[in-house]
Amino acid sequence: MRLEVLKTYKLYIGGQYPRTESGRYYIARNKAGAQLANVCLGSRKDFRNAQVAARGAVAGWSGRAAFNRGQILYRIAEMLESRRAQFIDELLLQDLSQAAAEAEVNTSIDRLIYYAGWCDKFQQLFSAVNPVAGSFFNFSVPEPTGVVSIIAPQNSPLLGLVSVIAPVIAGGNTCIVLASEQKPLSAITFAEVLGTSDLPGGVVNILTGSVKELVSWFSDHMDVNATIYCENDSSVQSSIREKSALNLKRVFFYDKKDWNSEEGQSPYFILDTQEIKTTWHPIENIAGAGGGY
Amino acid sequence: MAVTRKKAAPKKSSTKKSNTVKLKFDTGWSYDPAPESRSAATIKPQYDLFINGQWQKPSGKKYFATTNPATEEKLSEVADANAADVNKAVSAARTAYDKVWSKMPARERAKYIFRISRMVQEKARELAVIETLDGGKPIRESRDFDVPTAANHFFYYAGWADKLEYAFPNRQVAPLGVAGQIIPWNFPLLMAAWKIAPALATGNTVVLKPAETTPLTALKLAEIIQEADLPPGVVNIITGAGATGAAIVSHPDVNKIAFTGSTDVGKLIQRSIAGTNKKATLELGGKAANIIFEDAPLDQAVEGVINGIYFNQGHVCCAGSRLYVQESVAKTVIRKLKDRIETLIVGDPMDKNTDIGAINSKQQLETIHRYLDIGRREGAEMWESSCPLPRKGYFCRPTLFTNVAQSNRIAQEEIFGPVLSILTFRTDDEVIEKANNSPFGLSAGVWTDKGSKIFNLTRRMRAGVVWANTFNKFDPSSPFGGYKESGFGREGGLHGLMPYVDIK
Repeated sequence: MRLEVLKTYKLYIGGQYPRTESGRYYIARNKAGAQLANVCLGSRKDFRNAQVAARGAVAGWSGRAAFNRGQILYRIAEMLESRRAQFIDELLLQDLSQAAAEAEVNTSIDRLIYYAGWCDKFQQLFSAVNPVAGSFFNFSVPEPTGVVSIIAPQNSPLLGLVSVIAPVIAGGNTCIVLASEQKPLSAITFAEVLGTSDLPGGVVNILTGSVKELVSWFSDHMDVNATIYCENDSSVQSSIREKSALNLKRVFFYDKKDWNSEEGQSPYFILDTQEIKTTWHPIENIAGAGGGY
Repeated sequence: MAVTRKKAAPKKSSTKKSNTVKLKFDTGWSYDPAPESRSAATIKPQYDLFINGQWQKPSGKKYFATTNPATEEKLSEVADANAADVNKAVSAARTAYDKVWSKMPARERAKYIFRISRMVQEKARELAVIETLDGGKPIRESRDFDVPTAANHFFYYAGWADKLEYAFPNRQVAPLGVAGQIIPWNFPLLMAAWKIAPALATGNTVVLKPAETTPLTALKLAEIIQEADLPPGVVNIITGAGATGAAIVSHPDVNKIAFTGSTDVGKLIQRSIAGTNKKATLELGGKAANIIFEDAPLDQAVEGVINGIYFNQGHVCCAGSRLYVQESVAKTVIRKLKDRIETLIVGDPMDKNTDIGAINSKQQLETIHRYLDIGRREGAEMWESSCPLPRKGYFCRPTLFTNVAQSNRIAQEEIFGPVLSILTFRTDDEVIEKANNSPFGLSAGVWTDKGSKIFNLTRRMRAGVVWANTFNKFDPSSPFGGYKESGFGREGGLHGLMPYVDIK
C-alpha cells in the first residue's frame, strides 16, 4: 500500500510559488462537500506583491518581439497539451462531467494557439497611417496599456481563466489574476504550466482567495492600468467602476460571454487592453521639387 | 586708419559663436494695429436653448452673461439650462434617435454632416470673429486653425457614415443611442465638432453643452444645424454651468458621455456613472514633456517649443509645458527661447498681428498667478517677457521657469496658461524616466536629428500623441487622446469611431 502525495496549492507571483503572506487558507470543496484541498486565502499584501512583480515585468515583456510572444503563447499551449490528462482529472474533481472536462481542456489549448497566432498580427489590423493635410508622416499603433488586474470567471475554472489571460498577455501587458473562488485548483495547476513555458516571471501572477475581500484592491490600486471583471454582480461592477476612477483605470466587464463558443475569442479582446499611440513627423518638402513622378 | 577700423568692428565673442541675430522689434520696427472687423459677426443680445430643432426658453427663466475676456465687456446673455431643460433635450434626442436618425440610410446621414461642414466653411469668418471675441484667442488662430479644422472634422466624419463596416474588420456595429457631450472653453467650436461629427456619423443623436465662458460659437453652430435642416432633436445644444453638465451625466436615458476637460471632473464623471451601463470617453488634462536633444536643429526646436506652450495662451491640454533640454545645450536653448519670447506680441486678440491673446477668464488668470507664486516659492527661477499688457482685460505675459525640480508642482500639475517649466537631463534613459514620471499621458514631443533615437523615444513615451520634430499638430484623420490619467478613448481618425459604436 502506498500513501498518495497531496499537492500544496500555492500562489504564483513573480515566477515563484509562495504561500500567502497572510498564512490564511480556505477549503476548496466539491459539490458534495468533500474537501479537495487547502487553498491560500490571498490577502491585500499578496495583491501588492503581485502588482510589483507585474509592473516590473512590463518593460521586458512588452519589449519582446511580437513574434517571440507568439512563440511563448504557443509553448504554453504545448505544456498544457502534455498535461491534458491531469487537467481533466482535476476538473472532474471540481464537478465537471467527463465530456465537459475534456471540452474545457481542449478548447483552452486551442484558445492559446488562437492567441499565439494573433500576437504579431493584431497590430496590423488596428493600426493606421493617417492621411493628414500637411507635410507630415502620421501613424497610429496599439501599445499595451501596462498592468491589468483580472477577476477570472467563476464557473469556467480553466477555459475562462485562459480566455481572459491570453489576450491580455498577447498584447504585451502583464496581469494579476484572481482565480475562480469555488474552483481554484485548475488555476494553480495552470500556473505550473506557465512556469515551464518560457514565460518570464511576473507576466502572469495568479492569486486565490475571496472575490469579495480582494475586489476593491484589484480596482483601486494606483499603479494598475486596467481591470477586468467577468461576473454580472451589479453592485461589484458599480464598485469597480467607482474605485477605478481614482487613477482612471480602463474597466471591462466580460459578464455575458460564453467562453465555450466562438464569441469567447476575438482580436477585439486584445484591443481592449491596448492604447492607441499616434506619432507625427514632418516630411521635408522643398519648394519647387516635384517629387519622384 | 586700418587699425582704427579694426577696433570699430563689432567684437566677436571669444567663447562661442552665436549665429542668431537678436531682433529688436521695439526699436527696429513696430507693427501698426491690424484689427479684424467685428462687423462680420452677428451676435444676438440673448440666446435660448436649442432643443428639438427650435429655440426654447429655459424653464428656470434664468440667463447668464458671456463676456469678452480681452475687454471685460458683455457680449450677450445665454440661457441657463436646468434639469428640466436637460430632460427635454434628452427626450428630444431619444425621439429623434428612435424615429428618424437610426432609421435613415447612412448615405443620407452623411449628406447632412457634409452640409454642416460646408456651412461652417461659408460662415468661417463670422465664426472666427465670434470665437475670438468670446474666448480671447488671437484671431489668427481662430481664423487659420479652429474654424477650418472644425469644418474639416465634419467633412472627414461625414464620409465615414456609410462605410462603417470597413472600419471594424469582421464585425457589425450599432450606434449607442443618445450621447451627452460636455466640452471645454479652450477650443469651443473645434471641440463641438470633435464631439458631434463622429457621434452623428455613427448614427447617434446628441445633447451638447458648451463651456459657460464660451457658449457663442456652439450656439452659432446650432443656427447652422437649423439652417442645414437636420431633423429636429438629432443635435440639441444647451448652455449652462457645472450643474447643467451634471444633469446630462446623470440623466438615465443618456447612453454615452463624452467629456473634454479637467482630470478632476473626469474622475467625478466616472464615479457618477459607476452604477450605470453608460459608456464614456474622457479627454482630460496633460503635462506634456517636450524633449530637446543636443543634436536637434535648435532654432526649429525653439520655434516648436514656443508653439507648444504659447499656442492659444497655453490653454491646451496637450501643451508642451514641461521642457527637458539636454544639459550641453541648455544655456543656448534658454537664451534663444527668451529672445524669441521677447518678440511675441501680447494684446488685442482681434489684431491680426497678435501672438498671445487674452486669458479666457478672470478665474483662469487667478489660477495662473497662483501657480506663478507656487513656482517662485518652490525655488524655481521665474522669467517673463518684458512686453506691456493692455490695461483692461485678462492678460498674462509669456513666462518661463528655470531651475525647476522634477517634484515641483509646476512640473507636475497642469497650469493651463502661458507658463513653461524647464528641466535638464543628460542621458536618453534619464529623460525617458523623467518624462514618463507623471500621472498624465496625453502628448509628448521629441527634438533630435537622429532617426533611431526618435523612434526609441516615441515608442517609450507613455502618451497618446507624440510629436517628433514638430508639436501641436492636429488633423481630423489623426486620433487624439490620452494614456493614464489623461483619459481614455480617441477622437479623430478611424479610431475616433470606436467610442460611439457597439461592436457586435
